[in-house]
Amino acid sequence: MAVADTTPSSSENVNGKSKKISFADGTFARVSRYTLVRLLTLFVTVVVSIYLTIVIANMGGYVDQIMRNDIRENVTQRNINNPAYRAMDSDTRKKLIEEQIALEEKRVGLDTPVMVRNLRYLSNSLVLKLGRAVHMSSDSGSREVRLIILERMPATLLLMGTSQLSLFFVSILFALFLSRRYGSFWDKLIIALSPTSAAPPWFYGIFFILIFAAILKVLPFGGMVDAPPPSNPVDYGFSLLKHITLPCSALVISAIFLSIYNWRTFFLIYSSEDYVEMAKAKGLPSKDIERRYILRPTLPTIVTNFAFLLIGLWTGAIITETVFLWPGLGITLYKAVGLYDTSVIVGSTIINAYLLAITVFMLDFVYALVDPRVKIGSGN
Amino acid sequence: MNSFKNSFRELLRYPSAILGIAVVMLLVFQAIYAMVTIPYNEAIRLWRGGEEVWYQNPKYAPPIWTNFFSSKKLPVSFAVGTANGTMEKTVTPGEQGTGTIDIAYKFDFSYDDFPQEMLLYFNTEYVEKQPFASIMWLTPDGREIRIGNFGVTQRQTYRFSQDEKLMTRLKNEKVIEGLFTNPETKEIVKGEYQLVITGITFEEGSKMDVEFVSHGLVFGWAGTDHARRDLMLPLLWGAPVALAFGLIASFGVSVLTMLIAAVGTWYGGWVDGIIQRITEVNLILPFFSILIMVGTFYSRSIWVIMGVTVMLSIFGGGIKGYRAIFLQVKESMYIEAARAYGASNWRIIIQYMIPRMIPLLIPTLVSSVPSFVFLEASLAVLGLGDPVLPTWGKIIDDAFRNGALYKGYYYWILEPAVLLMFTGLGFAMLGFALDRIFNPRLRDI
Repeated sequence: MAVADTTPSSSENVNGKSKKISFADGTFARVSRYTLVRLLTLFVTVVVSIYLTIVIANMGGYVDQIMRNDIRENVTQRNINNPAYRAMDSDTRKKLIEEQIALEEKRVGLDTPVMVRNLRYLSNSLVLKLGRAVHMSSDSGSREVRLIILERMPATLLLMGTSQLSLFFVSILFALFLSRRYGSFWDKLIIALSPTSAAPPWFYGIFFILIFAAILKVLPFGGMVDAPPPSNPVDYGFSLLKHITLPCSALVISAIFLSIYNWRTFFLIYSSEDYVEMAKAKGLPSKDIERRYILRPTLPTIVTNFAFLLIGLWTGAIITETVFLWPGLGITLYKAVGLYDTSVIVGSTIINAYLLAITVFMLDFVYALVDPRVKIGSGN
Repeated sequence: MNSFKNSFRELLRYPSAILGIAVVMLLVFQAIYAMVTIPYNEAIRLWRGGEEVWYQNPKYAPPIWTNFFSSKKLPVSFAVGTANGTMEKTVTPGEQGTGTIDIAYKFDFSYDDFPQEMLLYFNTEYVEKQPFASIMWLTPDGREIRIGNFGVTQRQTYRFSQDEKLMTRLKNEKVIEGLFTNPETKEIVKGEYQLVITGITFEEGSKMDVEFVSHGLVFGWAGTDHARRDLMLPLLWGAPVALAFGLIASFGVSVLTMLIAAVGTWYGGWVDGIIQRITEVNLILPFFSILIMVGTFYSRSIWVIMGVTVMLSIFGGGIKGYRAIFLQVKESMYIEAARAYGASNWRIIIQYMIPRMIPLLIPTLVSSVPSFVFLEASLAVLGLGDPVLPTWGKIIDDAFRNGALYKGYYYWILEPAVLLMFTGLGFAMLGFALDRIFNPRLRDI
């Protein structure tokens, strides 16, 4: 995680003074320059990682296959739709189609070296021109990989958003509570339970399905809403709530004990610092000590942890979604693996790379916001 | 050495460490047992075997021990044969080269349900004249049921449930039910049943062997899957595979990460810069998707997947942590001393910097084992498991694909899941305790 240099550079300050820029302007310029630099470096990183993805995928000629399929489908469609060709017998038409495909492949450059082709595919991917799927189609009936994947995005965002936010807040609050009651029963319980986070969310998902869906029959096995979806928004929301409970709790349970433990440990380390003792000696109320003297300096660490958790769970959600038949990005990838639909696999890898880049970018900003030692744009 | 002994003694003060060590030892024991009793090639042959290997087993049968927890006792599977002496055969030679073969098998049936299927496998030797077999069924309440009389070809299978003549004779569409119930009361008759087979051979040297197989509703200590395979095999063999994958991957990742961090901090400058940039790119590379791509496009071999996992993980977040500590180590006096006596760069890295990190390395190594063990299982659940090796993940995958949760074959998922959980918890608990011992900052907390 490239966070701006932690040591404020003195030359910057001197420059600022000599040019006599007002403080507000300076800050704005700094923030925007920082944003620009960050965006640029992240963009380069994304480009490199997508290029690597393409190289990995294309080593077996798979990306080429995607393009060939694309051309074949386009040309065939065009010929079928062309009334002038209807009268021809099938053999001549086939020959004509083959000729056109060969021509088109030449035009697109499938006869050029791999390096050049990879670069072309890279530029297409960057603008999310991900080609066409061979077997899969979106709910609206399109074969565009971009549409297939983007259509699934809200479901994943809903599930991940709900689970991650609740995980984040619950564990911080609980950790603060525990750090005040060091050595109590609850504290010991959390320590004892923290190794359970070694198991991924789908693993808990299996048990949840077993208990709540198969044996108790109180919650559905999977899916996002009842079939057919209720037309009334209230019923729809209720049905959604019923379906999201199990996957969401699986995601939360799999991580919560370890994150409570980690944060409690951080809080404890920080609450034994001298300035906290000092604040206690001054007689400050414990709420204030917690907020200003413990939470504040630990925030950067918390944020980093949270971001790593997010990054880990973007990928972990693939199987959780599959297990719960949650119609998100993960299950799309799973289906694509089953159907060998290469363009969808490569496409969702690229979308994943984008998502990760966005997460890292956001993290940078939040980090700079909460860590007083990091000044946005003050490094070079 | 002494410090390690001390650390070990200290380790025993933590109950979680003792539990963790116990679990890991058990797993190692299980792995050795599996590899000794079922050699690698044999394990793969059995795991990939079809009907010809597993014909004696029922499909979807829960393990025997489920009977202990249920008031309804389900019939246990068994297979007996004259060829291996589990069913007795007496041969009495007759005139002109003929012979009579008497086979009788008594077994106790005191269950509350019927077997899935019963089969007889005949294996005979003759030149021209087929041997003849007649089969009788004796029930505990003294009824004698004629099952059938027929000439037997060299290899013949007789399925009780498919015999339509027997169906009409028993006046019951389900033959197996008819054989075990009283025709008047329709209740299961419990007690000692007897299967009597009388064979007649018509040639000198003609032989007949019979195998009697009953596919019960429970089987073995682990149960069976959709392909009649005994789940004991993958449950046992899952341990060496999981341990090998977890330990090798986690060892490779932690050691290489540390080495890279050490090299980066020691040389500094552009070496460090490149390592930092690679780390940033690596952070954005969608790890799981790439693994899926490799699994789909190239190879599903567990070793290829492991190699890719290690390659994608060495430039992970761990480098930052190591780097921070190495930066401190780099400035310490003894490194300066080493530099003063003219030690080479590599000598300083390998002999002076890395040993300082070993206390930190060990907890990381142990606590990252579970994530790799579960990674293997995760890939298997996605259908990208190793096509050859029997692993815990493959069992879960098979169970999922066959709707085990919906159809109620809970044992099928729970058995590998419990083993996975034990493995994960064992290593995690051990790693936790190690972390507390080697990271003094955590010790008091």
